[in-house]
Amino acid sequence: MSVLVFVEGDNGKIKQSSQEAVSYAAAMQQSPVVAVALGSYSQDELAALGRNGADKVLHASDQQLDQGVIQAYASVLSLAMDSTGASTMVLARSSLADAVAARVSVMINGSLASNVIELPDQSDGFRVKRSIYTGKAFELVELLAARRVLTVKKNSVQLKEDGPSAAVEVFNPELNQEDFKASITATEKATGEVLLPEADIVVSGGRGLKGPENWYLIEELAAALGAATGCSKPVSDMEWRPHHEHVGQTGIKVSPSLYIAIGISGAIQHLAGVNSSKVIVVINKDPEAPFFKAADYGIVGDAFDVVPKLTAAINSLKS
Amino acid sequence: MKILVCITHVPDTTSRIAFKDDNTKFDDTGVQFIIGPYDDYALARAVELKDELNASITALHVGGAEADPTIRKALAIGADNAIRVNTPAEDSLNVAQQIAAVARQQNYDLILMGRESIDFNGGQVHGMVGALLDIPSISPVMELKIENRTAKMVREIEGGKEHVEVSLPLVAGCQEPIAEWKIPNMRGIMSARSKPLEVLEPVAADVQTASIKFELPPAKGAIKLVDADNVEELVNLLKNEAKVI
Ligand SMILES: Cc1cc2nc3c(=O)[nH]c(=O)nc-3n(C[C@H](O)[C@H](O)[C@H](O)COP(=O)(O)OP(=O)(O)OC[C@H]3O[C@@H](n4cnc5c(N)ncnc54)[C@H](O)[C@@H]3O)c2cc1C
Repeated sequence: MSVLVFVEGDNGKIKQSSQEAVSYAAAMQQSPVVAVALGSYSQDELAALGRNGADKVLHASDQQLDQGVIQAYASVLSLAMDSTGASTMVLARSSLADAVAARVSVMINGSLASNVIELPDQSDGFRVKRSIYTGKAFELVELLAARRVLTVKKNSVQLKEDGPSAAVEVFNPELNQEDFKASITATEKATGEVLLPEADIVVSGGRGLKGPENWYLIEELAAALGAATGCSKPVSDMEWRPHHEHVGQTGIKVSPSLYIAIGISGAIQHLAGVNSSKVIVVINKDPEAPFFKAADYGIVGDAFDVVPKLTAAINSLKS
Repeated sequence: MKILVCITHVPDTTSRIAFKDDNTKFDDTGVQFIIGPYDDYALARAVELKDELNASITALHVGGAEADPTIRKALAIGADNAIRVNTPAEDSLNVAQQIAAVARQQNYDLILMGRESIDFNGGQVHGMVGALLDIPSISPVMELKIENRTAKMVREIEGGKEHVEVSLPLVAGCQEPIAEWKIPNMRGIMSARSKPLEVLEPVAADVQTASIKFELPPAKGAIKLVDADNVEELVNLLKNEAKVI
């Protein structure tokens, strides 16, 4: 049975998380793997999804789909499920994919599992492991319906990059104008930054940095590492940093390979957003800071002294 | 203007998570339950809109009687009445179907809830309710204004925000900073006791998933501390031991 993957882009470039979702579908050992892209993309960009394991790419290129209108995306993806006869749809978790997946699952009368962290066990029914209690536990869940929708967390599978290029087919179902009731009137987006949920390395700062004027410490270290920048909740509450950088229980949940926390105490609500990182490094001047208990490596020291030295050491390693 | 706010009854964010009965059930021994933090934001915004738009607020919970104190808290914060659909919250679809059944009877203009619960972190119910009622669902919403039956919202996206407008009715999954959490005052707590809490029996609903087992993450190994004067050693460990840079 075929597996459908919703791939999402950022300015016409397919996101890394979507490439991971295609790799996830390819590793499910069901064929064919069909990626679905909505809106404007170049032919080459879509054909390159073959490297990640797509056999075919369906391209719904109507310009109305250039904007991520939740209801319209859900309808087009449901139609793609019907027309391909696919049994499973895979989406990489994102602000848009999360919102779309739930509607699709109802429209196709399927089972939905969100926050999936591993490949499914298909030996007896269809079971997946998902992250619950904000990363503090896991649930093994069986999907009972004949069709299923999975939203997959970052780093759930190894990125595949060795496949042959994929065939791109036009897929232009008739759009229902009722689905465009919600209109996106403006988008504000930082440019040139590494996106936090996509990042492989995240450097975060907390109240210990004393004020927004000191954020150059975080930004320079992040630049040296090619990392995204994050922060604790009080930092975004005080508007030292924009809200989309807030990590934790009530903010973004990240699962990078490396998370570096600077001047953050490690309150349980902050840890909830970072506990699925592979490696955690903590820099804090208080040896009793709870974050040290959740970290792999640590430096007890003043951020204003340690961070510039660390940035210099990384820069000299890279040069 | 009628607002429905759906609330979850979840362990406090500082709870120690443990399971019992061969890891098939959550162990609630000593756990304090709260209104889900995201639902609390939704409720806080509803209370602000109530004053602005002369609206009424119904708080809705799908679950057993153990949640009644949590529902009373929503009444103390500012909901006018409450409904509890008396059925265990089997899975997201089941909950969404119960919510949609109540909404079909009552024609709410605005259905608010948190972007996700903090126990199962599904983040699915708002979208499902929207699809079941065939009305727009928007999430995660960090700003919400209502002007002439049009909702003007800011939705968080990766690396920024998106401004969205849609006419009511609407389902919104909310998050901060949509409003500040509200702490109930004495008058609210007193009046909550006499506000109506109606218990409804569930409608027939589908169950499309089955929870098999829970598991805790493996314990972290011991931390390696590096001297503040020796950052090169940290770089070395990250490169050659952890292999992450
Ligand atoms: C329901 C709920 C949800 C929440 N959700 C979140 C969430 O999503 N994310 C989140 O982050 N928080 C969340 N919180 C808040 C959380 O409890 C903490 O208050 C918050 O994480 C603390 O932020 P902080 O570590 O930056 O600040 P602080 O706790 O003030 O810690 C500052 C740290 O900096 C260190 N420091 C000070 N100066 C220096 C220096 N010069 N060099 C090095 N270190 C220094 C100090 O030793 C201290 O450990 C939530 C709370 C609640 C109740």
